[in-house]
Amino acid sequence: MDDAFIRIENITKRFGGVTAVDHVDLGIKRGEFFSLLGPSGCGKTTLLRMIAGFEYPSEGEIYIDGIPVTDLPPNKRPSNMVFQSYAIFPHLNVADNIAYGLRRSGLSRAERNARVEEALAMIRLPGMGKRRADQLSGGQRQRVALARALVNRPKVLLLDEPLGALDKRLREAMQIELRQIQKTVGITFVFVTHDQEEALSMSDRIAVMSNGEVLQIADPVTLYERPNCREVADFIGTMNFFEGKMIGMGGDVAEIDAGPIGRLRARNVPVALTAPGSDVLLAIRPEKIAMHKAGAPGIVGKVSAAAYLGERSHLQVTVDGLKAPVAVAAQTSREPAGTEVSLTWEPDAAIILPRE
Amino acid sequence: MGSLATVDVIGGRYSGGLVRWLTTLYRRSDAMRGYTLLSPTVLVMLAAMAAPMLLLALYSFWTQDGLVLDRHFTLDRYAEVFTRDTYRELFYRSLYISSLVTAVTVLLAYPMAYFVAFYVSPRTKFVWLILLTIPFWTSYLLRVFAWKIILGYNGVINSGLMALGIIHEPFEFLLYNTTAVVVTLAHAWAAFAILPIYVSLEKIDRSLLEAAADLGDGPVSRFLRITLPLSLPGVIGAAVLIFVPTTGDYVTPTLVGGSDGVMIANVIQVQFAKIGNWPMGAALAMASMAAVGAVTLISVQAVRLAVSRTR
Amino acid sequence: MGAKRNYWLFGYAVLYLAFLYVPVLFLPLFSFNDSAFIAFPLAGFTTKWYGQMLADDAMHSALWNSLKVGAAVALISTALGLLAAKALTRYRLPGGAAVLGFTSLPLFIPDIVLGISLLILLNTVKMPLSLVSVMLGHVLICAPFAITVLMSRFDGFDKSLEEASLDLGENGWTTFWRVTFPLVLPGIISSLLLTFIVSFDEFLIAYFLAGTDATLPIYIWGQLRFPYKLPVVLALGAVILVVSCVLVVIAEWVRGLGQSGRRTVGV
Repeated sequence: MDDAFIRIENITKRFGGVTAVDHVDLGIKRGEFFSLLGPSGCGKTTLLRMIAGFEYPSEGEIYIDGIPVTDLPPNKRPSNMVFQSYAIFPHLNVADNIAYGLRRSGLSRAERNARVEEALAMIRLPGMGKRRADQLSGGQRQRVALARALVNRPKVLLLDEPLGALDKRLREAMQIELRQIQKTVGITFVFVTHDQEEALSMSDRIAVMSNGEVLQIADPVTLYERPNCREVADFIGTMNFFEGKMIGMGGDVAEIDAGPIGRLRARNVPVALTAPGSDVLLAIRPEKIAMHKAGAPGIVGKVSAAAYLGERSHLQVTVDGLKAPVAVAAQTSREPAGTEVSLTWEPDAAIILPRE
Repeated sequence: MGSLATVDVIGGRYSGGLVRWLTTLYRRSDAMRGYTLLSPTVLVMLAAMAAPMLLLALYSFWTQDGLVLDRHFTLDRYAEVFTRDTYRELFYRSLYISSLVTAVTVLLAYPMAYFVAFYVSPRTKFVWLILLTIPFWTSYLLRVFAWKIILGYNGVINSGLMALGIIHEPFEFLLYNTTAVVVTLAHAWAAFAILPIYVSLEKIDRSLLEAAADLGDGPVSRFLRITLPLSLPGVIGAAVLIFVPTTGDYVTPTLVGGSDGVMIANVIQVQFAKIGNWPMGAALAMASMAAVGAVTLISVQAVRLAVSRTR
Repeated sequence: MGAKRNYWLFGYAVLYLAFLYVPVLFLPLFSFNDSAFIAFPLAGFTTKWYGQMLADDAMHSALWNSLKVGAAVALISTALGLLAAKALTRYRLPGGAAVLGFTSLPLFIPDIVLGISLLILLNTVKMPLSLVSVMLGHVLICAPFAITVLMSRFDGFDKSLEEASLDLGENGWTTFWRVTFPLVLPGIISSLLLTFIVSFDEFLIAYFLAGTDATLPIYIWGQLRFPYKLPVVLALGAVILVVSCVLVVIAEWVRGLGQSGRRTVGV
């Protein structure tokens, strides 16, 4: 926390009786691409708007670069924002939009124009300065919004679902471009999104939020491989869960009694759950499950549905005694529905989570 | 609500400087900043509407004794309003006239609003709407006066028909009666009916009508089961917006009403400007607003009930 | 969606427009009629009534009074409407709906009641009747219109435009002038024109509050008692109607301009 460039201390925001953000602590490092990820209504946008200064926290402090900014209005903060709606001023042309924040910078007119030209080149819209705002496409508006914020050289760039309004291909192209721009300018980015793939592919670190609370802060790999609770595991990618009771540890491998489907093994066990008899949840990703012909040792089930996706197939395997079918991602196999199979995995691939 | 929660928190944090505490509190509270912006308007409304209405209510409980105003509380004025036959008749007539005006205006306006909402292309809609609203913004006095010259003994209709040789004696029944008042008011308030009805019709999701057709409704039952209920807020809004002010209209009954068309406002005006019995005028005004309010509430409920039955 | 056709409804709409406009058109028609009697058959074309109207000093002073009151009312009620519309659309206000209801109350109170109650108030505080009292009454009935027109304008553009300006370093005041004002300008112009017309045409409240200073509608009301002056009143009425219509068309056009601008500005 001490090396944090943006420090969020115990922040709470209540709207009337509703708590939108609930005692959140966060540290964001200098130059980091940091994402706030969560379903709509989880408080991620409210948290971003508190960093920007559009909402004042009900409790807590926010520091940027060591300076408390909690009571500063947006125009006094070293941050700039890219809005979800882009908020391109409709009565100004592209160049005037980008130059909007430079009026108070003390730069000469020539310097300002140079900055605008530079920004237009950066977003690959050179010579478009005289365009009217309503003549721009969605992708162009998004870039102008980005340039308008970056041209002020803020310490922090805040992005509120900036890619949400774009179609899938444009969005993917912009993800790469945004990441490149961030690398070039070296500014700290705080990025709000509800799209987990987007967050995983772009971020240095991600905070997963739900109901106003931060569930886990980690880099994308850790978040995917080692989620710390069922909600995070469920929100990021697909995950199979097996309820069970801890039997005991054999070395560093835990043995779990999963009732009707027998004993399961996993290596990644939080210390708090190692006590025999603990209620636990074993989580395993579909692609970590190996599928064998019927008769081989493992969990016995029957393929109930299969979707062929080209590079891989997604199968649903029903197992007696389990309410939900097990999701399996297979590389090559194209087992028809009705085939009997048996499922296994390496203890390394499975995670033990607390059962709520 | 939000501001109360903030008071608590900031109170703990900035217990030092009161000014700093207040400014922080102020800047952080949306409600306080919003109400600061609202305050001039609300103050003007309080001073120019709420305070005068309160005084009007007070006056209605007082007595005018010659040139002296007796400020002792009394219900005598109201007793007079309710017991004197001329006043009672006046109330009935006023409410009857404005009910009739409301019904006529809304019924005439509905097809017009329906046409603009459903049968006019988006481009020309704007032109139609301007055409329909222009009369509403222009001089009320002159629009009423126009009817006086149309309906008069030597007016447009009579002289026109005589010039054409259709009649030889002017009709006397055209001006100075209830019908003249109804026609004139229905004309003067037309735009008030069209706009709310149009807005509520325009809001109806067209796919609802397609869904109703798809589920087997013909045009008539579709209108009765979907369009009419969904446009009801507009119809009720229009009716209230016409009924309430027309009951208190002064210009129309004075210009075209004659002795048959006298309405409450005429009598109130007489009490204030001619007789100088302000408490009596105030009581008449209060009683008429109460009567209008009661009739409005009852009929709005009745209409809602009636339409909910047709579903 | 191409407009469907319904000739019955179209015919009805044309008749309805005729019902709205034809009665009023008799005013200009007879104002050019060379006869002191307002009756058919028409007696020939003349502009002498307009000449008499222009020569009337009482009319001039009434007109000047109405212009003064109208201009002041337009400015004040639009300013009040601007503040209220911003507050009601841009802040989370507990009880905002109730305040909006309160500010639209003048639409639901008969003018005569507004007039006499203001008369009582002014009498109670011993304020002499004058054009200022007329102005007060007119601000009351014009403010709801200003608020409605301006609120729809504020609702028409994204709140984040103002936030973006704050975020880019402008304070509340400069944001108003650089972003809010240019964007609500069509609404402001429209509100100024409409409130001016409402005040300019208002008779009853002014009748109770004007004291000895007549406004134009009060002047006209006075003239209606004299049959021989009717043609002059018709001439004056025709001019007022034409000017009012032109102003309304401009106001609605400006407002529509803003709204169609919104459509292309939106995503």
